[in-house]
Amino acid sequence: MSAASAEQDRSASWYEASARTRVRLLLDAGSFREFIGPQMREVSPHLKVFNLPEQFDDGIVVGRGALDGAPVFVAAQEGRFMGGAFGEVHGAKLTGLLRAARDLKSVPVLILFDTGGVRLQEANAGELAIAEIMRAVIEARLAGVKVVGLIGGRAGCYGGGGLIAGCCSALAVSEQGRIAVSGPEVIETNRGVEEFDSKDRALVWRTMGGKHRRLLGAAEAFADDSVTSFRAAALGLLVTASGFDLQTLNAEQARLEERLQKFGTCQDAIDIWRAAGISDAESVPALPADPFIALADKVWRVRHDAR
Amino acid sequence: MEDLTYTHTAPRPAGGTRPMAIIGVVASGNLEVLAERVLPDAECRVEIRTAAEGFGDVWNAVIADFVERHSPGGIKFSINDGGARPDTVALRLAQAVRLLEVTP
Repeated sequence: MSAASAEQDRSASWYEASARTRVRLLLDAGSFREFIGPQMREVSPHLKVFNLPEQFDDGIVVGRGALDGAPVFVAAQEGRFMGGAFGEVHGAKLTGLLRAARDLKSVPVLILFDTGGVRLQEANAGELAIAEIMRAVIEARLAGVKVVGLIGGRAGCYGGGGLIAGCCSALAVSEQGRIAVSGPEVIETNRGVEEFDSKDRALVWRTMGGKHRRLLGAAEAFADDSVTSFRAAALGLLVTASGFDLQTLNAEQARLEERLQKFGTCQDAIDIWRAAGISDAESVPALPADPFIALADKVWRVRHDAR
Repeated sequence: MEDLTYTHTAPRPAGGTRPMAIIGVVASGNLEVLAERVLPDAECRVEIRTAAEGFGDVWNAVIADFVERHSPGGIKFSINDGGARPDTVALRLAQAVRLLEVTP
């Protein structure tokens, strides 16, 4: 494939693309080498018990490749297979990749999240996988490895995926890429419709969507919904993402305390945006990517200290 | 779940030289097709695991039509099916054969 046609393909929607397409287009053309590929048939040992179909890669693609000539490890979840959920094999593939990065010390990791959280049919194994992955992320970061999360898929990044994302060195998110632990329906089921109306899509997007996560400082970069934009964001974050030591954790703690102090009494995301100094807060949801990125960079320009 | 296997003879080997290709996702109304160049040139096999039971006759017709149109000799196709319609199955099989021809 020529460089020109690779560039052309990169205009593809991140949201619409499959995990394999995202990996192929994100990395330098032809550079991806998969670990434990589909032909190895490392499928879930649990799904057949529930009479459910398996996928040959168990919903995650892991391997190595090059980003602008530099080596990277990459993991991509397939959000359309069981909501991108973490099962035993799915989780073990990501754990193994992170441990390889930890041991090598010099190769960063990109995690292309697209997940609803733990796979209910293998809940115990899935929960254990989340814990193992979080530990592996922290161990890799302690060894000096940058772990960058890219979030813009149809399943968003929920449940244990939200916890893992919180452990990463930095995150890039698109408007479509929601980040949270409990999803809208879960909150409504447990706390009632007065607490959170999951059918109010505008409420869901402005509470969990990428714009709010960026404005809150939970994501360090905002990407438009294209492979080009996520590639640029990943390249930027691999340079700017902070290391991991006591100072980082103290700065993160201070940032979160300040956030609670400033926004703790706000009832809605729009109140938070207003309190953050955005005068025309109601216009944020409809803002196109470029002016939004400029706005977010203004709000968070000085916050490269934490995480 | 139902397991189905169809074996055909193919007049010509599949094009290209790629040893393996994969296309599609296991989701409702969708399927994944893993194509591997592991059989003798005149042979073609399709192994299916499907969530929709009792559609063996339809699979048989779709696979026979696919082999006649594309003659994918030497290829073993492994399918995980989430209840895809016949047109989607035919499309994914054709995509898999095409991918085997693409130069890596």
